[in-house]
Amino acid sequence: MLRFALRRLGVAIAVAFTVSLACFLLLHLSGDLATSIAGPEATAAQIEAVRKQYGLDRPLVTQFADWLWHAVQLDFGRSYYFQDRVIDLIASRLPVTMILGGLALAFALIVAIPLGVIAAIKRDSWIDRLALVIAVLGQAMPSFWFGLTLIIVFSVQLRWLPASGADSWQGFILPVVALGYYATPAIMRLTRTGMLDVLGSDYIRTARAKGLRTGTIMFKHALRNAIIPVIALAAVQLGFMLGGSLVIEAVFSLHGLGYLAWEAIARNDYPVMQAIVLILASIYILLTLGADLLNAAIDPRIRVR
Amino acid sequence: MTATLPLSDHLPPRSVFATAMRRVFGHHGLMLGGIILVLVALVAIFAPLLAPHDPYAQNLSRRLIPPIWHAKGTWEHVLGTDKLGRDYLSRLIYGSRLSLIIGLSATVISGLIGTTLGVLAGYFGGRTDAVINYLITTRLAMPVVLVALAVASLVGGSLQVVILVLGFLLWDRFAVVTRSATMQVCHGDYIAAAQAIGCSTTRILLSELLPNILNALIVVATLEMAHAILLEATLSFLGLGVPPPAPSWGLMIAEGKQYMFFSPWVIAIPGVTLLILVLAINLVGDGIRDATAPENRN
Repeated sequence: MLRFALRRLGVAIAVAFTVSLACFLLLHLSGDLATSIAGPEATAAQIEAVRKQYGLDRPLVTQFADWLWHAVQLDFGRSYYFQDRVIDLIASRLPVTMILGGLALAFALIVAIPLGVIAAIKRDSWIDRLALVIAVLGQAMPSFWFGLTLIIVFSVQLRWLPASGADSWQGFILPVVALGYYATPAIMRLTRTGMLDVLGSDYIRTARAKGLRTGTIMFKHALRNAIIPVIALAAVQLGFMLGGSLVIEAVFSLHGLGYLAWEAIARNDYPVMQAIVLILASIYILLTLGADLLNAAIDPRIRVR
Repeated sequence: MTATLPLSDHLPPRSVFATAMRRVFGHHGLMLGGIILVLVALVAIFAPLLAPHDPYAQNLSRRLIPPIWHAKGTWEHVLGTDKLGRDYLSRLIYGSRLSLIIGLSATVISGLIGTTLGVLAGYFGGRTDAVINYLITTRLAMPVVLVALAVASLVGGSLQVVILVLGFLLWDRFAVVTRSATMQVCHGDYIAAAQAIGCSTTRILLSELLPNILNALIVVATLEMAHAILLEATLSFLGLGVPPPAPSWGLMIAEGKQYMFFSPWVIAIPGVTLLILVLAINLVGDGIRDATAPENRN
């Protein structure tokens, strides 16, 4: 187990390194950063001055090595626009995104697991069909549009909830629903398939033959086994949601990490962009690593692969 | 081929999503999705003939006219007008061109990249497989929306940039699926036979292997096309996709956002259109999967 864990950790670190290299190259090769930073009206001399000031005249390898050396010490330099240290900006914005992502995952699990279980137990019932309609729509609706629709219905017409801001806990309800909805179909599908597989197995038949109560069988015997793959999926989905929270944060004016990224992109604030990409990628890598290790701890067959 | 046998009627349902589609839309999901897609394609091709007005023509005296089902609607502008007095129906019709072009082109690019990587990984295995797997893992760890926005902002948003960025970001699922499909078929006798008579590797991959993983490839292509269309709308909504005054549906929603409190239809109409197109593409994908490879459902 330890060897497996160490090998996976090594791969995870290498992936984080490659992701930052890829983003570094992507940003440097897709345009001249100095020109973008200096703005459309800058003269050639001003552009050169910017290039010198930010060290963009150095060879790419030197720039990347320098950035990486500081990045591993959590020093991402200063923001071009805000002038603050990037790490401070991120530290002040990260909690909002973490709360949003965590609650969205909780919402998805609370909706998806019971629906998936009931859909499996009562196959072809109306609730099974409802679950499927939810899944089908969840795959086809643009998230920003779903968010705006929630605002129109619950903030404008019913006046139940605020349309934006993170000042009160009510402000989080709509964004959490909008973001969490996208993780719901996958979790529900996996819960339902898992339950159907387990319910057809011999040990459930034995439990039934022993005369155990249906509730006991479903929750003590079936769900416990069906839920194992769902935990790993939930970790991956959380990673996707943190990456995609930019859109929801923009719609609901929530000043989290995604919103910061959006602001940074609009202002060519390159150090902030690069740092956020690396942090989001690292969180995703950590989550998938955690999911893999959890799966391996539960299911020894995975370790030998 | 299994296509001639109604296998899907006898096998136990394994895919919730596929059965979802079946149960929600009966057995006519593929038909329904196909009809909608063909209609949208026809609308896109014949846009100049169908659009009642110029989609770019502004008329400030006729701003924010509501659609026909409102009391104040007029037949002149069936779906109303936007904040600059441009005819909404005409913009919607021309917008279908953008969505389809971006969806198709981005899918072709990502399909070429992903399939090449996936087939090579599945066929050669070993070290090639390890390297390509590593590439896939790296790609999955990159936050797509963020990276796409950053690149579009540096290069400047345009139709070509959106297509290229999405094409170069969305190849992961193609690679994952073709890799496992290749692993399944590359031990077949016909591959061994082709190797034995001395066919070149290129020929084996292109004319023996590729046709046999084509079904899986088509299903992924529909999924990715839907994905690309949604992402284009997202980029345009955030102001870094197709630039105005292009009638991109995502951009229409962004432009309508400030008026949505009093005129909800300005975002409802393009949103529902987008929803219907993506739903249709998903229906077609699932229909093809059911019809061609019921054993591959998961």
